[in-house]
Amino acid sequence: MISLGHYLALGAVLFCIAVAGIFINRKNVIILLMAIELMLLAVNINFVAFSTFLGDAAGQIFVFFILTVAAAESAIGLAILVVLFRNRATINVEDLDSMKG
Amino acid sequence: MTPELILFYLFAAVTAAAALGVILSRNPVHSALCLVLTFFTVACTWLLVGAEFLALALILVYVGAVMVLFLFVVMMLDIKVVPEREGFAGYLPAGVLVAVIMLVEVLGLIGMERMQKIGPVVDAAAAAGFSNTEWIGRTLFTDYVLAFEVAALILTVAIIAAVMLTLRKRSSVRIQDPAEQAATRKSDRLRLVDLPKSVAEKEPGA
Repeated sequence: MISLGHYLALGAVLFCIAVAGIFINRKNVIILLMAIELMLLAVNINFVAFSTFLGDAAGQIFVFFILTVAAAESAIGLAILVVLFRNRATINVEDLDSMKG
Repeated sequence: MTPELILFYLFAAVTAAAALGVILSRNPVHSALCLVLTFFTVACTWLLVGAEFLALALILVYVGAVMVLFLFVVMMLDIKVVPEREGFAGYLPAGVLVAVIMLVEVLGLIGMERMQKIGPVVDAAAAAGFSNTEWIGRTLFTDYVLAFEVAALILTVAIIAAVMLTLRKRSSVRIQDPAEQAATRKSDRLRLVDLPKSVAEKEPGA
């Protein structure tokens, strides 16, 4: 029998993989964007799990909105990436230090 | 072990393996394809607990639209594969350490007794006599209709922002500006010059 814990564990594993991905891919912005998508997916798994196991529609509605915002975020992120590559001819994070942060 | 549980473990294993493929792959195209597999498998796990609408929306929106956008950008940018990975080994121990600690903490929380009391799956949609899609739709368009409109607005803003960011003005291309054409006045285009009569007669046609 599948329990809530199974889904929460799957979400936790996915989220931690995404965090590790952000740490070890410090060079490539595209992989960083993909890791953010993985994190959002992990959160969505938790929402769907709680929604179905508690019988509350609010969780699934929230996943719907998260999908919307994530799609908007990745569209704008990739647009910024294209402009960045056009201006600097690189997407290496280490080269993008013109703000001296 | 019910067949459902076996399927869940299978899907979970594929999800974790594909997610590892996303972050460890050398080639961004392979990462994008692994991400497609991750999304698809997670949609399968959602189908197991009856969240049908969201599972299909995830496949349509992510695999159909967002990941195609990712692949398009990855292939268009023509990134060199090797130089992006120089710092790989340096950050690997710290990243894995943080991720493992987080995982142990979260799994400890999940293992608590309170969490074990929740379940099994409550099929609230079937209890109300609806399909999953109708259940979500009824809630979405009654309690959350304002949020729905705001989401539509966010998507519109994202479209306009993405178009405006990538729009490039090229000086070599001649384009019409209808607003400027409509706003033009006679005085902008036409200048009447008083010529002395003798000059006009001396150079006919000039």
